[in-house]
Amino acid sequence: MPKLKDVCRHIRSKVAGPFWVTIDLMFDSQENFDRYSQSPALSAEAIAKVYGIDPKGVVHYPVPSLKVLKISYPRKTPQGSIEERDLHSGQQYVYILDIELG
Amino acid sequence: MAGPFTSVKIYVPQGSLGVGLFPEEVDYAIAWGAQAMATDAGSTDAGAAYLAKGISKNDRGSVKKDLTLLMAAQQKAKIPLLIGTAAQAGGDLNVNWTRDVILEIAREQGYKPKIALLYSEQQQETIKRKLAEGKVINLPPLGDLDAATIDSCLHIVALMGPEPYHKALDAGADIIIGGRTSDPAVIAAFALWKGAPAGPSWHAGKIAECGGQSTTSNTGQRGILIEIHADGFDVEPASPKFKATPDSISGHLLYENKSPWRLTEPGGELDVTRCEYAAMTDSKVRVTGSVWDPKPYTMKIEGASGSQFQTIMIVGISDPLVLAEPEVFHDHMLLRLTERAKSATGLDESEFHISLRMYGYNGVSGVKPPPGSKPMEIGLMGVITAKTQALASEIAKACNPYFFHMPVRLGMAMPSYGWPFTPGDIDRGPVYQFVLNHVVRVDDPMELVRMEMIDA
Repeated sequence: MPKLKDVCRHIRSKVAGPFWVTIDLMFDSQENFDRYSQSPALSAEAIAKVYGIDPKGVVHYPVPSLKVLKISYPRKTPQGSIEERDLHSGQQYVYILDIELG
Repeated sequence: MAGPFTSVKIYVPQGSLGVGLFPEEVDYAIAWGAQAMATDAGSTDAGAAYLAKGISKNDRGSVKKDLTLLMAAQQKAKIPLLIGTAAQAGGDLNVNWTRDVILEIAREQGYKPKIALLYSEQQQETIKRKLAEGKVINLPPLGDLDAATIDSCLHIVALMGPEPYHKALDAGADIIIGGRTSDPAVIAAFALWKGAPAGPSWHAGKIAECGGQSTTSNTGQRGILIEIHADGFDVEPASPKFKATPDSISGHLLYENKSPWRLTEPGGELDVTRCEYAAMTDSKVRVTGSVWDPKPYTMKIEGASGSQFQTIMIVGISDPLVLAEPEVFHDHMLLRLTERAKSATGLDESEFHISLRMYGYNGVSGVKPPPGSKPMEIGLMGVITAKTQALASEIAKACNPYFFHMPVRLGMAMPSYGWPFTPGDIDRGPVYQFVLNHVVRVDDPMELVRMEMIDA
């Protein structure tokens, strides 16, 4: 069973405005995009669990022409709040690298 | 207009004014036949401090250096220079700061440009009136706006579309300094003014918003050239050193965007769902199929508050006893600091906040690492938050001996952790945050915008 990082050429995360985070999963081949981009391991529930948020806020945007799955979710706390640890959310992708894909 | 629209050429010199500019690219763009230069100078990405304080993120000297090159090109080629979201945040103070740099250059160089200033900062009363009129709409994930939240804002700006720039161009402006503006709008503005179709103009604006980042230069320090036609647009780097490919261009819609397909802008939505990206040469891409879907005119509002204050302390820890039990150390330290803060100030725990970050262990994630994880060192940052700077500072000073000397367990010999600085406590200032995520309906794109024309 591969991990997410084994089937992507690049994975990144960034703020999309002060209240949202967006993650781009750039799959390394059409085959892996087709096979894994709809994996239950990447479902709203699974992503919400990693980031401690409500699954209802998680939105998936598949972009087949680029072999990309974009996932956006509301920040758990707004950007720059008193316990901020990652202002640009640029490190948030790290916590999904080892997700095992079914 | 002199006849039916054929095409318009716009040079976007960089992703953000002041990040550094390559003079040979400016020459290349002018030789290419640029009819306007447009760049944004800011973003909300780096947080609310720049709006709250009315300051630039980029250094004044760096901004002046870039503007000196662009103003020289403006004089030479007689083409307008459009700047959006002046000095990072686009508040009135940010616009005036940029105006003063431009006036200084004009004075030094003997230029006499006609300058338009577009202000979009809002009074709290204006937004409260909009709220009372039912013209404020929530954007997820925030809920209903209330007057107290509006009152907490130090500055509020409304995000402009291209229309205020059109008014400035109509008035004959050579240089336009815009307050907070949609990034694509400041780039699309000149094309739309020339009669270019809306879909390709807005899409080209979006692709070029970070300068050359969507080309193989992969950095916003480089420039990009866009030519908008009646039925699409072409995009290429502003340097023969780099290339643009269908993947690099189409991929840019992913960047820092919630949705890769639809982009909400003042007055409509850009829909790129059915776009096609074709390589014209190995450095030029043609984009067709961009659709502009007009909607009732709204402006997004951004407001920055700063009602809490922080003092921080940092120590470096190599002590093997701490490294062997970071979680025990963390919880013990938090407890001791909290107790000390309460006894020193007489305050209840709810009136201040202490956060400890163990860099080298879990400082970024804040979650417990897998069992057996042992750090090489820990950079311990204590962040004390309170309602005034004096109080945050008082708590930090009271906690200092514990932060410095607390052993993992009671009864152990007293360690002394490694301070990098003296004094050890640093008053960090207010905790600036964006507290608005709403749009307001306006009857006219100029309703919340003020334009001022000045001569250098």
